[in-house]
Amino acid sequence: MSALLVVRAGPQALVTDRGRPGHAHLGVPPSGALDGPAYELGNRLVGNDDGAAGLELLGGGLRVRALGGRTVAVTGAPAPVSVDGSPAASHRALHLPDGAELTVGTPVGGLRCYLAVAGGLEVPLALGSRSTDLLSGLGPGPVADGDELPVGPWSGGIPVSGPVPVSLPGAVVGLRVRPGPRDGWFADPRAALAGPLWTVTADGNRIGVRLDGPSPQRLPELRDRELPSEGMVTGAVQVPPHGPPVVFLADRPTTGGYPVIAVVERADLPLLAQAPPGTGVRFTVLR
Amino acid sequence: MLAVRVRRCGGRAVLLEVDDAAAVAAVAAAVRDAALPEVRELVPAARTVLVEVAPGAATERVVQVARAADAAAGEAGTGTVHTLPVTYDGEDLALVAETAGLSVDEVVALHSGAEYRVDFCGFAPGFGYLSGLPEPLRQPRLKSSRTAVPAGSVGIADVYSCVYPRRSPGGWRLIGRTDTVLFDPVADPPALFTPGDRVRFEPR
Repeated sequence: MSALLVVRAGPQALVTDRGRPGHAHLGVPPSGALDGPAYELGNRLVGNDDGAAGLELLGGGLRVRALGGRTVAVTGAPAPVSVDGSPAASHRALHLPDGAELTVGTPVGGLRCYLAVAGGLEVPLALGSRSTDLLSGLGPGPVADGDELPVGPWSGGIPVSGPVPVSLPGAVVGLRVRPGPRDGWFADPRAALAGPLWTVTADGNRIGVRLDGPSPQRLPELRDRELPSEGMVTGAVQVPPHGPPVVFLADRPTTGGYPVIAVVERADLPLLAQAPPGTGVRFTVLR
Repeated sequence: MLAVRVRRCGGRAVLLEVDDAAAVAAVAAAVRDAALPEVRELVPAARTVLVEVAPGAATERVVQVARAADAAAGEAGTGTVHTLPVTYDGEDLALVAETAGLSVDEVVALHSGAEYRVDFCGFAPGFGYLSGLPEPLRQPRLKSSRTAVPAGSVGIADVYSCVYPRRSPGGWRLIGRTDTVLFDPVADPPALFTPGDRVRFEPR
C-alpha cells in the first residue's frame, strides 16, 4: 500500500479537496481548499483527476515520509521545500522515492501551502468530500504527527509542466465587491466600503477573515433591528452591530443573522485567504 | 403570484425575500420542483430563500419560478413525520415554567402536544428550526449562551424549538434531551431533518 507517513504535521495540516457544496439546506458548509487555484494546480502538476484530495498547510512546517514512491507537488504560498535534506522546487512535480522525506518550511509570503500527491489521499468520504471541516466536525480531523495517510492508485494522468503562476498578496489586496443583499441597512454603503483602507486582523480562520477599520454605520431607524436568520454565501461581508466586517470563507455557517453589506467576487477570495495579518484590504465596489 | 423581493447576493446568488414562513416554504418547493440544472444551493430561512447558481449561469429563471410559486404549496404537509422520544429534564425547564407562569408538567404537556414543522436548517449540520411552538412557550434566548450544549439537547427560543445535533455552543433554553441521532455524516441522507418535515416530541 502507498501512504504518506506524517513525521511532523506543523501548525495546521488539513485534508482538502473541492469541498461539499450542495448541502447548505442541511446546515453543511461548503468547505474545501481556500486557495482553489493553488490546490487545482497541485493536482495538475502530479497528473491527478480533478478533485483529488491533498493537504492544506497553514504556515507550512510539514515533514512526511513516502511509504512507496510517489510524485508530489507543493503549491500555494512560496515556501522552502526539500527532499531528504536537499533543496527542491515548489510549484513543480517532485518524485519521492520509497522512504524519502519531504519537508515544507515556513512560507516566505502568504499563509497556505498545498501538497498534492499522485493518486490523491484516500481518507473516507463524508458527503462526497474528503475535506476537513473543523466547524461542523465533518471529514477527517486535523492531520497529526504519526498519522499514515493512505494514497490512492495513480490514475496514469499526464502531469502538466512549464512555468506556473503563483498568486501572492502584496502589502495591499484589492477585492471587488458587489453591494447587497442588505446594503440598504447602511448609510452610504458604497462610501463605507470603498473609502477606508481595511486591515486583515490576526483572528481570521477558515470560517472568515475579520477586518479592522471603521465599521459601516447602520441607518438610524435600523440601529436596533434584528434580522431574521438568512442564507449566507462564501465571500459575504457581514457587519455585526458592534465592530468591523467579517468576510466569510469556505467553512462559514450556512445561515446568519447579521446584515451582509456586500459580497466579494469569488475569484478574489484566494488572495484574501493568503493574506497574513496586517495586510491592507481595499474594496472596489462593482456597478 | 407571490410578492417576492429579489436582493442580489454576489455574482452567483439571489436572496428571495417574502412575507412569512409559508411563503418561504412555497418558494423553496417551487424552485426545488422546477429542478433547474443551474441551481447549486437552495437555502430556505426565516423570511428568505437563498438560491446560488453555477458559475456563469444567470438567476433569471430562478426568479421567474419563485414569482410563479403557488402560495398554497408551502402549507401542504408532504414532509416525513419524525417522532422523537424526549426526557424532559433540561437545565432550564424550571426557568421556562417560571417565565411562562406554568407548572413543569404543563410545559411538558404543551411542548409535546404540538406538531412542529422544520422551517429551515442552519447554525450547525442537521440543526433544524422547528416552528409550531405553542404561544406560552415563546421566550427569549439565555442572556449569555453556554459554551457547550450536549448533543441531543432539546431547546426553545423565540418561536422555535430545536434539537442540538452535536455538542456545540448554544443559547437556547434547554428543556430536555433525546437519543435520536440528528446528523450522521456517513448516512444517506446525513441529516434526519430536511425543510418541510414534521416533528413530534414524545415524553418518556
